[in-house]
Amino acid sequence: MTATRPRSSRPSRTLVVLAAVVWLLITTLPFVFMVLTSVKSQSDIYSTPVWALPRTLDLSSYLAVLHGPFFGYLKNSIFVAVVSIVLTLLLSSMAAFAFARLRFRLNGLLFSLVVAGLIVPVHVTLIPIYLMSRAIGVYDTPFALIGPYVAFALPISIFILTEFMRQIPRELEEAAHIDGAGPATLYGRIFVPLCAPGLATVAIYNGIGMWNEFIFAYVLTSNPQNRTLPLAIWDFQGQYSSNVPAILAVVTLTTLPLIVAYIFGQERIIQGMMAGSVKG
Amino acid sequence: MSLITPAKPVRVPSRTRQVRSQNWVAAAFLLPALLTLVVFLVYPLLSSFRLSLLNWNGLGNTARFVGLQNWADLLHDRVFLTAIRNNGVLAGLSILVQIPLGLVLAFLLDRAGRASRALKVLYFLPLLMSSVAIGTVFRSIYDPNFGPLNSVLRALHLDVLAQDWLGDPRLSLIAVIAVVCWQNVPFYMLLFLAGLSSMPAELREAATLDGATEPVIFWRITLPFLQGTIRSAMVLSLIGSLRYFDLVYVMTGGGPSNSSEVMATYMYRTVFSSFNIGYGAAISSAMFIIVAVVAGLTLRATRRFETEV
Repeated sequence: MTATRPRSSRPSRTLVVLAAVVWLLITTLPFVFMVLTSVKSQSDIYSTPVWALPRTLDLSSYLAVLHGPFFGYLKNSIFVAVVSIVLTLLLSSMAAFAFARLRFRLNGLLFSLVVAGLIVPVHVTLIPIYLMSRAIGVYDTPFALIGPYVAFALPISIFILTEFMRQIPRELEEAAHIDGAGPATLYGRIFVPLCAPGLATVAIYNGIGMWNEFIFAYVLTSNPQNRTLPLAIWDFQGQYSSNVPAILAVVTLTTLPLIVAYIFGQERIIQGMMAGSVKG
Repeated sequence: MSLITPAKPVRVPSRTRQVRSQNWVAAAFLLPALLTLVVFLVYPLLSSFRLSLLNWNGLGNTARFVGLQNWADLLHDRVFLTAIRNNGVLAGLSILVQIPLGLVLAFLLDRAGRASRALKVLYFLPLLMSSVAIGTVFRSIYDPNFGPLNSVLRALHLDVLAQDWLGDPRLSLIAVIAVVCWQNVPFYMLLFLAGLSSMPAELREAATLDGATEPVIFWRITLPFLQGTIRSAMVLSLIGSLRYFDLVYVMTGGGPSNSSEVMATYMYRTVFSSFNIGYGAAISSAMFIIVAVVAGLTLRATRRFETEV
């Protein structure tokens, strides 16, 4: 067997490496193109080959973008994402605690209904939420985004955290009971701290989604002052429709925060993204 | 421990009281989440169905009740039928391309072991990017004048293949779907890697000892083991494909001449460009019904499949 194995596995190893490299190129070349083009001058992109390095490093696109309203978009993105994530964590952990550990009528039914919320497409709610935001006067403010972001994050978050809390040993709860802890103490002192990894997962998974969310932000805001980063790309496209380096500079700048976060918290972020996989 | 606890008999009556009172405790813990869901999810869902019975441009009280007229029109609307067909093509290709590709790549990455760790970081980059960003980058890549795709094709002397990818009605849908795959394959890869990581090593080892080759291990052991994961991948990609919006909207807006139209882009334009709220609500409600029915059917079908195997 040892004699035949190297012979049979060598071509397959080459194949594995080849496939990995090809896929790597497919994944990364668009990023290379994006960054490369963003530091070229506008005339260079028509006169030089696509993959050629820029003749001179032209950062004027970046300067133009950074001197424009970029930081306003960034500020709104951070505000909306932070508030929405904090609310999502609070509401979903409370609900998960009830579903996982409290006995009440309709527990099973309500849980199924909440999880069924996973299949509701945001588009079905778009028109009514748009009308609602106008009616209550939050239209065209960053606040308009928080409600829908939290609501659409809840089903998956409650699902993940309920699974998580069900695994916390009963003994801990009973011990706390004997010490006279009520449900509020039990939730705040035992379940929330023990769920920290689950909460981080939920925060990362939803955070990426909220950071990149397009359609609600597009419909519920109109003034660039009130819009989030994905809309920065959209608005710049309208403004600089023929200035490709400038547009790709915006794309690079909007993608940068997540890539930096990814470099630092890679394992965590991959775990967080995997959380979405427990759906369905 | 419990044998000598004197508190035990005392706890019996207190526990029944506890069960009764937990209804209120539970209500307090659930209320904030349920209220949010009702306001931003359940009410809008129902409201959408109500709006679909109106003829309304969204301004003031010009709304007129037209009953099921919008729904009747929808059945004869060529653009809507094209959109459904395109969603179907998207769903079909997602299942035929993304899931197998994600599965194979995850299998390779899992086999490649530690060396692949650094690469893994790069493989998942597309998952971090917003659809607007991806759509914008690929619009440049597809650009017929300076886009790298055509220049690569020309450099390979394949000039005939150089096309106006997004501007040609025969190509636009496929060009967009290719980007959808680029964006989503890493997700399925991740999903299957998660599945593979829970596979007991003994399974492989036993098979290798019995002389099974890699392909045999893949077909006979890995694939059956991942059945549950494949099932959720299918449900996810079907539901996802039916409500696809961002990339299509950013790259083509559904055009040229509706060639890449999907239900969500058609709904968006009907409401926010043509200001036909009632008809748009009918489209989005129809979308919900289709998604719910397909999700239900897939869950049932794959469950049956699972018990048969």
